[in-house]
Amino acid sequence: MTGEHVRLWRFHGGLHLPEHKAESTGTPIAGVRLPKRLILPLQQHIGEPAELAVEVGQRVLKGQVIARASGYVSVPIHASTSGTVVDVGEHAVPHPSGLSAPCVVIEPDGQDEWAQTQPIQDYRELDPSALRNRIREAGIVGLGGAGFPSFIKLNPGARGQVETLILNGAECEPYITCDDMLMRERPAEVLEGARIMRHALHAARCVIGIEDNKHEAYAALREALRQADDDSIDVVQVPTIYPGGGEKQLIRVITGKEVPSHGLPLDVGIVCHNVATAAAVCGAVEQGRPLISRAVTVTGHGVHTPQNMEVLIGTPISELVEWAGGYTKQASRLILGGPMMGFTLTHDDLPVIRTTNCILAAGAKEAPEPPPAMPCIRCGACAEVCPALLLPQQLYWFSRAREFDKTQDYHLFDCIECGCCAYVCPSHIPLVQYYRFAKTEIWAQEREKRKADQARRRHEFHLERLAREKAEREERMRKKKAALKKPAAGAADPKKAAIEAALNRVKAKKSEAAVEPRNVEDLTEEQRQQIAAVEARRKQLAESGNAGADSDKN
Amino acid sequence: MTMRFPNLSSPHVTARDGVGVMMRRVLYALVPGTAACVAFFGWGVLVNIAVASITALASEALMLRVRGRPVAPFLMDGSALLTAALLALALPSLAPWWLTVVATAFAIVIAKQLYGGLGYNPFNPAMIGYVVVLISFPKEMTSWLTPHLGGQLDLLQTLAVQFGGHFPSSLHLDAISSATPLDTMKTQLKLSRTLTEIQAGPAFGSFGGVGWEWVGLGYLAGGLWLLYRGVIRWHIPLGVLGGLAVMALIFNMVDSDSYATPLVHLFSGGAMLGAFFIATDPITASTTERGRLIYGAGIGIFTYIIRTWGGYPDGIAFAVLLMNMAAPTIDYYTRPRVFGDATKTESSE
Repeated sequence: MTGEHVRLWRFHGGLHLPEHKAESTGTPIAGVRLPKRLILPLQQHIGEPAELAVEVGQRVLKGQVIARASGYVSVPIHASTSGTVVDVGEHAVPHPSGLSAPCVVIEPDGQDEWAQTQPIQDYRELDPSALRNRIREAGIVGLGGAGFPSFIKLNPGARGQVETLILNGAECEPYITCDDMLMRERPAEVLEGARIMRHALHAARCVIGIEDNKHEAYAALREALRQADDDSIDVVQVPTIYPGGGEKQLIRVITGKEVPSHGLPLDVGIVCHNVATAAAVCGAVEQGRPLISRAVTVTGHGVHTPQNMEVLIGTPISELVEWAGGYTKQASRLILGGPMMGFTLTHDDLPVIRTTNCILAAGAKEAPEPPPAMPCIRCGACAEVCPALLLPQQLYWFSRAREFDKTQDYHLFDCIECGCCAYVCPSHIPLVQYYRFAKTEIWAQEREKRKADQARRRHEFHLERLAREKAEREERMRKKKAALKKPAAGAADPKKAAIEAALNRVKAKKSEAAVEPRNVEDLTEEQRQQIAAVEARRKQLAESGNAGADSDKN
Repeated sequence: MTMRFPNLSSPHVTARDGVGVMMRRVLYALVPGTAACVAFFGWGVLVNIAVASITALASEALMLRVRGRPVAPFLMDGSALLTAALLALALPSLAPWWLTVVATAFAIVIAKQLYGGLGYNPFNPAMIGYVVVLISFPKEMTSWLTPHLGGQLDLLQTLAVQFGGHFPSSLHLDAISSATPLDTMKTQLKLSRTLTEIQAGPAFGSFGGVGWEWVGLGYLAGGLWLLYRGVIRWHIPLGVLGGLAVMALIFNMVDSDSYATPLVHLFSGGAMLGAFFIATDPITASTTERGRLIYGAGIGIFTYIIRTWGGYPDGIAFAVLLMNMAAPTIDYYTRPRVFGDATKTESSE
């Protein structure tokens, strides 16, 4: 199978965008450089943050675990080089909302000394679960951007056979070229990673999808396959249409299958991984090396020498910019990711994390200020380009009017926020912003509703308990009253008899207790005798007539 | 010192074509049809466009100011000019100036701005303006120049007719104005004449009305250019022309003496202008692909019905307004199947 005769399908909509890829592909991926310090967030993946495993002042080796996975959807974090932990605490991390998060700060010692690694000679001897464990321990997450722990996506689960493993080398966003360069320079690693993943998944077929604007990457992979005399992997060129690298879109193009709305690729027997993830898997298995560096594209008119560089995870973005020649005068917007789906950073004192694929320092001409929005003229250009086949302008009207129920009727949550609609909108309406707003509002409402439901249930339970207690109390009262209303029914009533007996016992006790001797400590012999005499008389009286007890009571 | 950058939402790039570019392209596409109009119906066509444009811009500016909206960006979007041009081209070439003013002012003030301005009007403003004067001033709405006399009035004479009501002594209104071909067809059919006889008359040319067939070709050319440039999509024009042609074909096959051929219908009256320029107004049309086909077909069918059995010779304006009303409902029932929606059958395009 050469891949040349593979049938391809189309997905609806999409755009031909100016690519801007050539700017950063002129030079090979620059080698790793040591920054002055490394900032390693404990969460660089979707799921639970890793649990801190080092303390300030501790020396760590390259590849050493500094935070352990906690829970299932979690992976460990490793030191990217040897050095000393100088700080553990909150630090600004790359996040759309500019949040801070717990980080470990390491000062490199310059020796770059590896912790012990355990290469695996032949992955085929390991069973898939051991492989998955190795991949998890290496901290590998989806490097295409989402950062979902890869070992989970390498588990075919009980749901059935994985038919196709797809490696995503489409890289459809303009400007970004790190996957392209990786495939050009390290095709053998990508292919070996593909084989390992396929082994773990028992996938029947393996396809690598590359957009047809990356001829060199395509040729490099084909050549590597030829050299390895491997015909078990298809390398296919897919049309360059944004967002053809979206997981659902690529699956559609390569297999003709649609991942169900709200479903997973696994539901249609497909698993999709990024090519860079495959290369990382290769490193983790063959060399036993955890994920401590990745290729990052630094590009845009805002930097002097756009390029790709292999960067240690945790390197501050400011250093990357410096290595790329620093900012130019045009630099007006700093974007993490591509121009279509990336988010802006307000400053560059933020670390590269595992999912950081591109730093785009855009010039004012590249990413101009958005023109003022005009009213929607319902032209439908947005619907024509929507890869999810939504009606963006209807979603816009409903989001604007805060009719969130209707946004959900119109499948708001199938929106992948690719930005095609906003790109073509002749009225320059920031559509994606409206959808994000609607989504967050709906999430907030659902949270509120859950909370309110819980509170309501609690309240209802409370009321129920009060009612029950009241009923019980009334029942007791009723019984008591009933008992009092029935006058001396005689010994025939065992309850009455019991009550009387109890009353008598109490009386007897009372009569005794009433004369409990007091101040008897320092008595003379004479006094004691007197008391004894009184006691004897009293006893006589008590024994002579219990009948007198009733008169005592009154 | 670290550099600070603005926090903005993705996408960070956009296509440059705005609403203004779209509207201007539609205006450019009107040029061939307008030129044919001027050639056959005289200077009055241009006078109408000028009067309508001035009225439209003035009304738009006034209303924007009254509504407290920014004036400049909305005047620059070209939508008022487009409404003016479409309306002017639909009016008779010798229409008195006040007719044009009334129609345009009504279109902009009532049908557009009072509904909330650009993007908020449920009905096509140009067609509302047209229908208002058609109902209010039926006599003035029929003063079309006889096509072959189009060149006989010079600009000054035309201005005198339109602004002063003075006809040159050599000519009289009755002599130079005529009923449109569709009008002729309607009245003659009522007199029990056959279509063959009617179409042999002076009002008809090689395949449509005299002059009108060329005007229609001009609009067709402009419309095809709009399709090519991606300003409009094929669904609505195909729907309109298809609906009209299919209706005409069916009835023509039943009785060719009483019902005109599809070609006559397509190249008479406002069919081409309506199909490519009026029905395609996105604001008032259906927005889904299937919806647009239905919407267009509805206009074509209603146009045929009104032309054939209704009280007016042409039905484009009424048909458009009727379908404007139906557009939201059509949209609701023609929502596309969402990607990955397994409840509907999977299409493999």
